Amino acid sequence: MGIIIAIVVIVVLAFIWISIYNRLVRSRMNTQETWSQIDVQLKRRNDLIPNLVETVKGYANFEQGTLEKVIGLRNQIAQTPSENHAETMALSDQMTSSLKGIFAVAEAYPDLKANVQYSQLMEELSNTENKIAYSRQLFNSSTAAYNGKLQTFPTNMIAKMHHFQPSQFLETPEEEKAAPKVSFGPDGK
Amino acid sequence: MLFEQIAQNKRRTVYLLVGFMFLVVLVGAAIGYMFFRSAMMGAILAIIAGGIYAWLMIEQSTEIVMSMNNAQEVTAKEQAPQLWNIVEDMALVAQVPMPRVFIIDDPSPNAFATGSDPKHAAVAATSGILERLTRDELEGVMAHEMAHVRNYDIRISTIAIALTAIISMLANFGSNFMFFGGVREDEDERDNNGGMQIFGIIFSILLIIFGPIAATIVQMAISRNREYLADATAVELTRNPQGLINALKKIAMSEPMESADPSSAALYIENPLKGKSAANLFSTHPATEDRIDRLEHM
Repeated sequence: MGIIIAIVVIVVLAFIWISIYNRLVRSRMNTQETWSQIDVQLKRRNDLIPNLVETVKGYANFEQGTLEKVIGLRNQIAQTPSENHAETMALSDQMTSSLKGIFAVAEAYPDLKANVQYSQLMEELSNTENKIAYSRQLFNSSTAAYNGKLQTFPTNMIAKMHHFQPSQFLETPEEEKAAPKVSFGPDGK
Repeated sequence: MLFEQIAQNKRRTVYLLVGFMFLVVLVGAAIGYMFFRSAMMGAILAIIAGGIYAWLMIEQSTEIVMSMNNAQEVTAKEQAPQLWNIVEDMALVAQVPMPRVFIIDDPSPNAFATGSDPKHAAVAATSGILERLTRDELEGVMAHEMAHVRNYDIRISTIAIALTAIISMLANFGSNFMFFGGVREDEDERDNNGGMQIFGIIFSILLIIFGPIAATIVQMAISRNREYLADATAVELTRNPQGLINALKKIAMSEPMESADPSSAALYIENPLKGKSAANLFSTHPATEDRIDRLEHM
């Protein structure tokens, strides 16, 4: 009788153990998936940059080095290993503000603004910028859920035994805290 | 909160369907008793016919609701890039699949969501809302719609509309029957006469009951509270209450819609009929001032 009870207890504990472990793995995978969403958007934006440079080059009079800086940032982002979240996002934020600068200058050129290709690019870039901001938000909430599991009982015991590492939050740049979304257009469109 | 809301919506959908079936059985039994002298037979036939019809309606609900509101589907991003991108963003952040996108050609700004679950959802926006709202405002509106999608609000309201349509069809059928009943009376079939009279009375009573029942179903299904909840979720998704506030102001100040179908008025983010016609009866939307007030204090 005693043996049967012992076996039942062990089996139940093993099931609990396995289910907690699986939940931790799923949660960690969720943070990785949300990061890959950011990564996809960064790549998409990188693909749009050469087009943008080509389109605006002929029209507007940019300060020396403005466009070169964007190209440089693009290459840096492409070369930074994707696991390096903080550095990638810091570069991405620089890119966002450089792009804002380009669009601000372009505002003064009606010919450029009337260009169909330019307005399409602007919509595409606003779109990727927004998606980066939203994916970042999603990454942080999935990170909060995962880290929460690492710190609360009883999941923390199993996490420690299997060496689960906490995920790092992505910091939101100061300017974006005030207004989370980026709009390039004059009226915020 | 979210899971509670989802569970509550699923539960109410079941109540709604059970209540509907009960009604169908009642009508079927009445008809069956009158014509075949067998209430059982009528009930069984009605539940088969009603079941098939309700299933078809619910399966096709998106198409039906969209065509009732004269909405055209946007199948490619190029047709409306900004709307498409915003819907995509909101689906991303709400973690639901990308819904189908529709545009209603109407100068009045408004929008709604419909479908049976987040995997089979659709959102519609009027051409007016695309013209008049800025990107931030449109994001607020679409986030509100995505909240309805995620909460399963769309399932219950869409089914409510489908069932209301069936009930009004039954009511029409009933009144036609009374007409034919009258013809038969002229033919002087005396043995049927008493039956037909009772039958007529039952149907006229049912007709009187049906209208309010249909309205109550919609009322019951679509509590005003869910609009506040969707507003709150929208802000959680966009982190930008001002966008939705400005959007609600613009929508509230505009003229009523032309293409909106009265029975689907409850779906819209703001009452599209602005109190004209029977819309007041349904009054499914809280006052815009209250919604803005709550958003401002978030």
